Amino acid sequence: MSHHIIEFRNVSFTYPDGTAALRDVSFRITHGEAVGIVGPNGAGKTTLIMLMNGLILPGGGEVMVGEVPVTRKTLSEIRRKVGVVMQNPDDQLFMPTVREDVAFGPSNMELPPEVIEQRVDEALREVGALHLKDRPPHRLSGGQKKAVAIAGVIAMKPDILVMDEPTAGLDPGARRQLIEIVKGFRHSRIIATHDLDLVLEVCERCILLHGGAIKRDGPPGEILLDAQLMQESGLALPLSATV
Amino acid sequence: MEIGSNFLNIGYLDSLSYRASPVHRIDPRIKTIVTIVYVVTVVSFPRYEVSGLLPFFIYPVFLISVGNIPPGFVLRKLLLVSPFVVMVGMFNPIFDRTPMLELYGVEISGGWVSFTSILLKFVLTISTALLLIATTSFTGICEGLGRMGVPQVFVVQLLFLYRYLFVLVEEALRMVRARDARSSGKRGKGVRVFIHLVGVLLVRTIQRAERIYAAMLSRGYTGRMPLRRTHRIGMKELIFLSSWILLFLVMRRYNLSLYLGILLGQDGMR
Amino acid sequence: MHMADALLSPTVGGAFWAATGATTAYAARRLRKDINEKLVPLMGVLGAFVFAAQMINFTIPGTGSSGHIGGGMLLAILLGPHAAFLVIASVLTVQSLFFADGGLLALGSNIWNLGFYPAYIVYPLIYRSIVRDNPTARRVAIGAILSVVVALQLGAFSVVLQTRLSGISELPFRSFLLLMLPVHLVIGLAEGVITAGVVNYLRSIQPELLSSRPSSGRSLRKVIIAVSVMAVITGGLLSWFASVNPDGLEWSIQRIYGEPEIQSKENPVTEKLQAIQEKTAILPDYSLPSEGSEETDSGEAWPNPDPGTSISGLVGGFMVLLVVVIFGLGLRRLSGNGNRE
Ligand SMILES: Nc1ncnc2c1ncn2[C@@H]1O[C@H](COP(=O)(O)OP(=O)(O)OP(=O)(O)O)[C@@H](O)[C@H]1O
Ligand SMILES: [Mg+2]
Repeated sequence: MSHHIIEFRNVSFTYPDGTAALRDVSFRITHGEAVGIVGPNGAGKTTLIMLMNGLILPGGGEVMVGEVPVTRKTLSEIRRKVGVVMQNPDDQLFMPTVREDVAFGPSNMELPPEVIEQRVDEALREVGALHLKDRPPHRLSGGQKKAVAIAGVIAMKPDILVMDEPTAGLDPGARRQLIEIVKGFRHSRIIATHDLDLVLEVCERCILLHGGAIKRDGPPGEILLDAQLMQESGLALPLSATV
Repeated sequence: MEIGSNFLNIGYLDSLSYRASPVHRIDPRIKTIVTIVYVVTVVSFPRYEVSGLLPFFIYPVFLISVGNIPPGFVLRKLLLVSPFVVMVGMFNPIFDRTPMLELYGVEISGGWVSFTSILLKFVLTISTALLLIATTSFTGICEGLGRMGVPQVFVVQLLFLYRYLFVLVEEALRMVRARDARSSGKRGKGVRVFIHLVGVLLVRTIQRAERIYAAMLSRGYTGRMPLRRTHRIGMKELIFLSSWILLFLVMRRYNLSLYLGILLGQDGMR
Repeated sequence: MHMADALLSPTVGGAFWAATGATTAYAARRLRKDINEKLVPLMGVLGAFVFAAQMINFTIPGTGSSGHIGGGMLLAILLGPHAAFLVIASVLTVQSLFFADGGLLALGSNIWNLGFYPAYIVYPLIYRSIVRDNPTARRVAIGAILSVVVALQLGAFSVVLQTRLSGISELPFRSFLLLMLPVHLVIGLAEGVITAGVVNYLRSIQPELLSSRPSSGRSLRKVIIAVSVMAVITGGLLSWFASVNPDGLEWSIQRIYGEPEIQSKENPVTEKLQAIQEKTAILPDYSLPSEGSEETDSGEAWPNPDPGTSISGLVGGFMVLLVVVIFGLGLRRLSGNGNRE
């Protein structure tokens, strides 16, 4: 199952305006791992995620998904394997109804209509949003939007699920539900987040980004509970560690 | 015209359009066609027509009743957009003073008659357009337009606009609230700050477009938007279409008001 | 400045629908050709942006009243003519449906007035030729202000023309024009200043956004040829009106020169009604204008010269309304019961 592996080899990225967002980043995530990516605002988390499915291409180094390097030529293959859930669900839910939105990915994979229909139902059931099927996205709550956005990615059956700030703006109930969804996903998961408790609960590995470089890579318990390291990195201890 | 309240109306109209009533269930294409035929028929009446227009109230009243739409809402919306028509129409009584008829000793000029006609046409056409959208989801209308041959780029454009209308208006209102919270009286609400706010909103909008595009690419977008087709034209639709159009043509050809008036006149007077 | 159904004749409304439809098809085809998929979401959110920007009001200096922007020219500057035309058309479509601005028949005219002129006339001829490929702050300011003013003047002129050609309003062409143009000059100046400010703001923070338009390769000559073609088409349209709706155009011309109104054509429906009226000879108690004046003026001053028709029509019409309302209430009852069930 080597295609569930994602690897960054000395990756750097600089935005057109000269902002160096990532510097010489290397790591390897293997099949089935759940990895949390943490770091203060502007650390480069979103940039890292955009590199994973080729929304931007590395300025230096290489991103590998399985045996395939992320290049202009391999984009459609890469995007089938790496499913990305965006930070803001409003940006991701662009189709007129929930059903059509979840069907967007499968339709682009040119699947037969019955299969698409089936995948839509499956994905919506998985995130507990089947009853929202005929709603237009602008008539959903924040948590419902998030759930549907995840369904839209799951429906493509990616090998690797990548999420940017999945719990931002969710109430405790919706957050709990989301955690269950993430736990239930069978393949590799990469979660960029400020929700350190989420990382503690769901992930077995944590990558701490700071100023565009990896500052630490290891078990969440060691990194997130290290008060001095957290303070240096502009982060605070997880809530569960303070009570 | 107060745009803020107008916007709230969009949300309300939008919520009306998801109701389930027999008219809501009719295929959007059929309702769109009937509405267009209706509007053209109404507008095709000559300048001085008043009585012949009155029977045409039957269609909006039908939509209001069967579609379970609050009539007060429609009336309020009509009032809100009436100024231009009223302003232009007001000149008819001024410029056209030729006496046309006398009602119980009061002489009425042609201008007043044609002004009344304009107002009637305004109420009929605008309320019917509003009722179209109150009884049909916007998505449904777009689907209908696409299937009636409107270019896909334009259909997708309408859908995108509608999808992000609510998101961006919220964003703009947040910005306005933030500005108003920090400005006193007129200060802070001038052109300079305004330009800055619009500029910021525009930049954010463009950035949002980029994020949306990224989300589309992430899910395999190749330049084609897969739109669903949910509606079908059945017997019910054909009956709806043909009976209304037939009725419009009859009402256009024969002045039902006049006939009724004749009947009543003969009964009452003699 | 929205044209309204009630002021339009079907001919004029239909003709502008045809022109708008053709332009939409043309714009869509052009967009499909220089395919840039990124444009799809951008156009969509910019359409929504126009509404959102209208939520932001400002105090007009010295007056205390507040204004907002229309945005057509801004879209043309950001997107180029084809995409801008489609975005404006989509904005007006949503406005006509949800805000009841104008109505459905008038939509064609409104898209023409507020979309065609800024996108296909003013943008290539004025804005591009002032700003060229060198958008300095001054050029942008001059270009934007001038463009918005001209586009709005053309739009306002167009509204007057459509109203006049339709012949529903009695407002004389010249007075209406004198009413509309100055008002829109003021509006245009205000919106021009704002548009210039916004474009310059964008230029100062994200200059690349303004240079990404697909228009640089086109020469001015080509644009002028295109515009002349449009002008010929427009002229053709106008002369077509003149032939199908002769009284409309002549009427407006006569109004301009202050000549007496010409005779309107008899309406076949009215004739029928008159015949019926004669046969049944009713409502003698209502007083009518003197017989004499009716004979001499008949069919000259108004197309529906039989006042008796109007009166019995009004009485009957009142009854019709009553019947319609009762019908509606009944239906409501029925469907209300059905829903509860
Ligand atoms: N489109 C862009 N153009 C220029 N610079 C950018 C752009 N997007 C991000 N940056 C910069 O790149 C750096 C990394 O940004 P990134 O969005 O990856 O951070 P992040 O870790 O996701 O932050 P947050 O927690 O706030 O989401 C920041 O300095 C940011 O200002
Ligand atoms: Mg981020």
